[in-house]
Amino acid sequence: MRRSLRGAVLPVMALPAWEFASHSGLVDPRILPPLELVARTAFDQVVHEGLLRNLGASLLRDIAGFSLGSLIGILIGTSLGLSPLADRIFMPSFNGLRQIAILAWIPLISIWFGVGEAAKVVFIMAAALIPVVLNTYEGMRSASGQLVEVARTLTFTRWQLVTRLYLPSALPSIATGVHLALIYAWVASIGAEYFMTIGPGIGGLIIAGRERFQMDLVILGILILGVVGFLINRGASMIETRLLRWQKK
Amino acid sequence: MRIAAIPAPARSPVPTAAIGLLFPLALLALWSVSARFGWLPPQILPSPAEVCSALLDLGRSGDLARNTAISLLRVVEGFAAGGLLGLLLGIAMGLSPRVEDYARPLFTAFAQVPTLGWIPFLMLLVGIGEPLKVLVIAKAAFVPVALNTLAGIRAVPPIYAEVGALFRFSRWQLLQKVVLPAAIAPIFTGLRYGLTHAWNALVAVELLASAEGLGYLLVWGRQMFWLDTMMGAMLIIGIVGFGLDRIMATVEARLQRWRLT
Repeated sequence: MRRSLRGAVLPVMALPAWEFASHSGLVDPRILPPLELVARTAFDQVVHEGLLRNLGASLLRDIAGFSLGSLIGILIGTSLGLSPLADRIFMPSFNGLRQIAILAWIPLISIWFGVGEAAKVVFIMAAALIPVVLNTYEGMRSASGQLVEVARTLTFTRWQLVTRLYLPSALPSIATGVHLALIYAWVASIGAEYFMTIGPGIGGLIIAGRERFQMDLVILGILILGVVGFLINRGASMIETRLLRWQKK
Repeated sequence: MRIAAIPAPARSPVPTAAIGLLFPLALLALWSVSARFGWLPPQILPSPAEVCSALLDLGRSGDLARNTAISLLRVVEGFAAGGLLGLLLGIAMGLSPRVEDYARPLFTAFAQVPTLGWIPFLMLLVGIGEPLKVLVIAKAAFVPVALNTLAGIRAVPPIYAEVGALFRFSRWQLLQKVVLPAAIAPIFTGLRYGLTHAWNALVAVELLASAEGLGYLLVWGRQMFWLDTMMGAMLIIGIVGFGLDRIMATVEARLQRWRLT
């Protein structure tokens, strides 16, 4: 068999088995709803229930938290990476705080920032911030000492040193951090919708599906989660290779 | 802001660790002062002393030890199950391109959905009892272990296998005497990631559906508006997570050294 087709074997075998199990009553159809029901739910959700509005709400929150987190993360990472004093004062605290599993912050954040949109964005921001700080920090510190000597000889000002030398040499590392932040922010958006008040959003949709024991809705939500995550990851990879093309020579 | 041209030599008489304590101590001082003068109501920020005494109370009543033990047991069970399955799948895919061809797309699709996404699905499937926790944690550990095992085995230089072939090793001998020893370090890196993911998944599942465990302490503190209990629980979650990772990191460092020599 052609190698590329082998990957399709398991899914193609599983789907009819699923259909059969569901229709024959072998498995409770409430646990394993027939595929056409999932498809109909998807259609209903898009046409009547405003699925796209839910998706939009999740993505908007995701983007807001991600942008804030990346921006602040780059600023913090740059300061910590360039100033040995700031590094020694703040880095141990940062490393200590990030040991706490990110979801464990949710109760505290929801008490401090209320249960509305602000708290969700703050949580997503915190999730995005961590990988950006760490990778920016590493990138800044990996700048070549020889280049710094050259820049010193050319009497670069501090500003020039940062914009012409440190930032460009940290860019690949920053890109890695931002890429990770995109993934973390998407997961955090779902987490925020699970644990804070139910509002519009894909996470809210899945929780509603669970509460109403509607497996079709839960499966639809999971599919959307996976597809959106996949697209975000793909998009980020493409932009990353594009932006860093100059690097590979 | 000073720009570091060359990493600063340790010329300061004050040891680095002490400087690292400056910021937390200053924060703690500000926090105490704020509590003393009531800048923020205790429902928003309890005093450090209250957090301490909440922790001490939890410790004295045995609640802390009991809930920590429950959480640890769940993580160990889930990590053992998920890690073992991940190792098996990773080894199978690593040794046989045919198995990888068949299994990889389905595995990728499965891994693409974050653990958080699977929790409601599994709740409908198996209810909210103990199996749910173990399954969720197992899933979280399974994915990184399988991926790193696969990558580790693929990175074994082919020449090792050729030497094995010269000795007329059987498949099993090749795996046991050549491939696994050569790939043990990256495999262990996968196990370490797996344990970190497992701990995060534990917090997630205990926040969503549990009546005991460290995550439940958080939920309980939130419902009662006992911020001191909540912050104490966060502290313990951080310390246990850090401790678990340290254990794995120590073993990992050992293995790396062993591989180099």
